[in-house]
Amino acid sequence: MDELSRNSTQRTDTSPPVIGPGHSYGSVTDKISAIVLTQPTSKGWWFGFLVSFSLLMVLMASITYLLLNGTGIWGINVPVGWGFAIINFVWWIGIGHAGTLISAILLLLRQTWRTSINRFAEAMTIFAVSCAGIFPLIHVGRPWLAYWLLPYPDTMGVWPQFRSPLVWDVFAVSTYATVSLLFWFVGLIPDLATLRDRARHRAAKIIYGILAMGWRGSAVHWHRYELASLLLAGLATPLVVSVHTVVSFDFAVGVIPGWHTTIFPPYFVAGAIYSGFAMVMTLAIPIRAFYKLEDFITMRHLENMAKIMLATGLIVAYGYTMEVFMAFYTGHAFDKYMILNRFTGPYAPVCWALILCNVIIPQSLWFRRVRASVPALFLISLIVNIGMWLERFVIVVTSLHRDFIPSSWGMYSPTRWDIATYLGTIGLFLTMFYLFIRFLPMISIFEMRGLVATRGKTGEQV
Amino acid sequence: MKKRPLYGLIAEFENPDELLAAAHRARAEGYRRMDAFTPLPVEGLAEAVGFEKTRLPLVVLLGGLCGCVGGFLLQYYPSVIDYPLNIAGKPFNSWPAFVPVTFEMTILGAALSAVFGMLAMNGLPKPYHPVFNVPRFELASRNRFFLCIKAHDPKFDPARTRDFLAGLRAREVSEVEA
Repeated sequence: MDELSRNSTQRTDTSPPVIGPGHSYGSVTDKISAIVLTQPTSKGWWFGFLVSFSLLMVLMASITYLLLNGTGIWGINVPVGWGFAIINFVWWIGIGHAGTLISAILLLLRQTWRTSINRFAEAMTIFAVSCAGIFPLIHVGRPWLAYWLLPYPDTMGVWPQFRSPLVWDVFAVSTYATVSLLFWFVGLIPDLATLRDRARHRAAKIIYGILAMGWRGSAVHWHRYELASLLLAGLATPLVVSVHTVVSFDFAVGVIPGWHTTIFPPYFVAGAIYSGFAMVMTLAIPIRAFYKLEDFITMRHLENMAKIMLATGLIVAYGYTMEVFMAFYTGHAFDKYMILNRFTGPYAPVCWALILCNVIIPQSLWFRRVRASVPALFLISLIVNIGMWLERFVIVVTSLHRDFIPSSWGMYSPTRWDIATYLGTIGLFLTMFYLFIRFLPMISIFEMRGLVATRGKTGEQV
Repeated sequence: MKKRPLYGLIAEFENPDELLAAAHRARAEGYRRMDAFTPLPVEGLAEAVGFEKTRLPLVVLLGGLCGCVGGFLLQYYPSVIDYPLNIAGKPFNSWPAFVPVTFEMTILGAALSAVFGMLAMNGLPKPYHPVFNVPRFELASRNRFFLCIKAHDPKFDPARTRDFLAGLRAREVSEVEA
């Protein structure tokens, strides 16, 4: 983290600073730890937590009903055998990728602006992957046999199909969940030590103390710790690219028009980063307003996230363009029809809404006035979140409902249980997030001290 | 109450530069058994207190290799030896199809080695350490920087070392009970 701060390049005077003026090691520590230790839990937190928890109960009820009655309660049919479950799985995993990008890739690129957002972004990743992981387990015909996906020597003498992307997913998502959790927890250790030392209640001191594992800030320990963090960042970077690539293979190795295309891996990864940053923005804006963290999550952070959203949005738009171009370039009747069906068929409103949300509206981010407006950024981030969900809907449903033989064509519509399960996972995500912001430091305290140190050394704005 | 043996002497500083200078001075003075405690990582401090290279990168590489080989063999064994499936005469050892899982297992092996290797080499979890007995040490996780010279250093002498540390412009010098 130290070479990270030292290598920050000189800013021009026009861009906002990465940390507000007048902070010291003590003040950043106190401000962030006060949210956890001393500030009373606000009514706003309680309200948000209770709403989220109620949605979590909806999830519990939906899964119970599903296990009792089977996937027939959902809207899936023949030909559309995959519906909300896979759409939501891909949506949640995609959201998770921004957290890893901020934690790992921006660390390797020595971007100091990652410091105040990487902790809660990484937490967002873990919670998003947890929500995603539910769907592969519950959407199979016999969820109680989901463990058959794991390679263990069983009494039937058979093994999982290692040549299938669905099994690759098992390994990719499990690895991603494990590595993200480890990376996040390792990053927390010094801050847990801070909370251990500053907690006044005995129970809090003991719990944080156990989690901090006796961390005392020894210089030798910091050395190995920094090295481990850099190595983890270097490992997490190819991991995040590979995970969503493997998820895209769920579709790309299939033969139906609209799925069987080589654009999917980069298109999915860019889309994941796009939706992930939109979710980080959606979370960052209320957090900084509610907890008065504008000094730590400054306009610089929001502006940079907006720029990344614009860039990845353009890559996604390129992906859409390539899909349309290739469909006609192949001269293949089925591919041409697939694209025409998307834009003029029964699901055309969804497809056009997708273009509006993902391509047209985010172009406003070219304008500095829009990037500098917090309400506009919040609205755009919500729209992109919705747009990316619609994209997965279009990919899954329009290709399945009309593929090669017209006699096999059908329609898909979600049932209330599809919607309830989806909203329930949002409840799970938000419940975990509310607990996180209440009990753990949502901004990395020791890395913020690093920013203070850099400003002290160079004297200039960081 | 019987006094516990002395673990060392600890000096408190207000910023990392003073601590780094003090560590260099202590090293020049001949002290070798030292450690420094800071609320954020300070570049050059580990070397100043006498720390040499770490073997962590090697551990991570080995962990990654184990993951790689393990992941590949995990797929090779069922597909080639235990239950080979004749699918249109395609090769049993379909290694391109085995790449994704092998890659993920490599990353997993390396990441687990990095985390648990780092913790093990740091000796963590370690709930008790003598420096926690110093009352002001809790500021080491907030905004104060500490240098500790251990009693089992050959040049250690309770009086002379205390004078030396006081001369380094430390804010306070305390005894650390073991």
